[in-house]
Amino acid sequence: MAAPLEVRDLRKRYGDREVVAGISFALAKGECFGLLGPNGAGKTTTLRCCLGLVAPDGGSIAMVGEPVPARAREARERVGVVPQFDNLDPDFSAAENLLVFGRYFGLDDITIRARIPGLLEFAGLTSKTGANIRTLSGGMKRRLTLARALINDPDLLVLDEPTTGLDPQARHLIWERLQGLLADGKTILLTTHFMEEAERLCGRLAIMDNGRIIAEGTPQALIAEHIPVSPSPLRPANLEDVFLKLTGRELRD
Amino acid sequence: MNHFAPPRLSRRAIAVWRRNFLVWRKIAIPSILGNLADPMIYMFGLGYGLGGLLPEALPAFGGGSYIAFLAAGTVCASTMNAASFETLYSAFARMDVQKTWEAIMNGPVALDDVVLGELFWAAAKATLSGVAILIVVALLGLVQSPLALWAIPAIFLTGLAFAAPGLIVTALAPSYDYFMYYFTLFITPMTLLSGVFFPLDQLPAGIQAISQLLPLTHSVALIRPLLFGQIPDAPLLHVAVLAAMALVCFWIALGLTRRRLLS
Repeated sequence: MAAPLEVRDLRKRYGDREVVAGISFALAKGECFGLLGPNGAGKTTTLRCCLGLVAPDGGSIAMVGEPVPARAREARERVGVVPQFDNLDPDFSAAENLLVFGRYFGLDDITIRARIPGLLEFAGLTSKTGANIRTLSGGMKRRLTLARALINDPDLLVLDEPTTGLDPQARHLIWERLQGLLADGKTILLTTHFMEEAERLCGRLAIMDNGRIIAEGTPQALIAEHIPVSPSPLRPANLEDVFLKLTGRELRD
Repeated sequence: MNHFAPPRLSRRAIAVWRRNFLVWRKIAIPSILGNLADPMIYMFGLGYGLGGLLPEALPAFGGGSYIAFLAAGTVCASTMNAASFETLYSAFARMDVQKTWEAIMNGPVALDDVVLGELFWAAAKATLSGVAILIVVALLGLVQSPLALWAIPAIFLTGLAFAAPGLIVTALAPSYDYFMYYFTLFITPMTLLSGVFFPLDQLPAGIQAISQLLPLTHSVALIRPLLFGQIPDAPLLHVAVLAAMALVCFWIALGLTRRRLLS
């Protein structure tokens, strides 16, 4: 079976600025791979290229075995996406959001309606089945967006900062759900600013800065390689130490 | 990447259309009534108020009353307005404010399908608007023969012809404020120069030539005779102009929307 995602020498330029400057990575089936980096590092552009929403200037992408962007539409049939900003349909209830989204995959209403109760339960939103989206909290919306991304039972999940803006309770619930999905054999590509999130979820990760991958490996290996001695005697070295060492401390936005 | 490459369309456009239909269904009755109110006020106000000053059965009005003449024009203008509002304000909300198009494109739906779905949705909604007025007009006894049923496909074509340029404006608009220019510079003058309120031959010759270039003129030339129980003159010409307007503007709108959203 083809790798869930294979990116080779990907390049994207906006004007004079090369936002993605030749990056390569591949995901193995069943793993969670993290893309970390400060704002403007090129993470979201990389994801948009992978999904076929932006045409790259160079390199090659194969998602679930399909060349992107040439066959992006076919590739996205087997992918679920949680975008950085909520774009649930405000005119619909929670269940209608799932129904309408399932139709975009060409699924018939009987198949979709059979999946909706299970997905709402997964998202902890059974009591909100008929509730309007406008009445949901931020955490509920994120969980519903995650449920929506699962409507087509995808092989690969692409999550762009899935817990940004959530309180710790809501964040932990999302992490628990994502761990459940990994246990079910789903493959996940994740971008995040939360080092704790990356340490908990990602088997492997890559740190991006200025459009390049500057480090790649398991969280433990990256910590051992870059921070042999903890900067504080009060705690062990962690991924945040690695991140700050590699990308510097000045603000990026 | 060439944004103006030929459209690559698929049946997924139907899912986009159905999404809009499902939203509309929730507010169908107020939406229809709201769409009817404005044109009805114009039609009755001008039709009876102004029409009362005119002798019955003027040849300039096709041998009927002024209100019958105006009713046919109102069907066309109202279809145009409904298609324009849907592709400007409503489509812009879905594209820019709610990010609905972005969400749809996370599924296996191309932007081409989204824009096509929006085009046909706006045309369908405009058809409903036009047909609602047609029904009122028929109930008032202002329709002469079953030939008027042929007006329904002509109304749909009018909807397509005005939905497509609306999508161009939406693709270019930085914000809602921009739409005012489209209405004041394009839609309103067209309404007055296309034979909706008075026969075109009342206009100076130079302006009449311009009128012949306006799509609404062709819509009126197609639909008004049908409501009077006559076969329109040169129907294929009018159909061709409206269809060409829809096709060319759709292509341009798609290219501009790709440039806006996919780079």
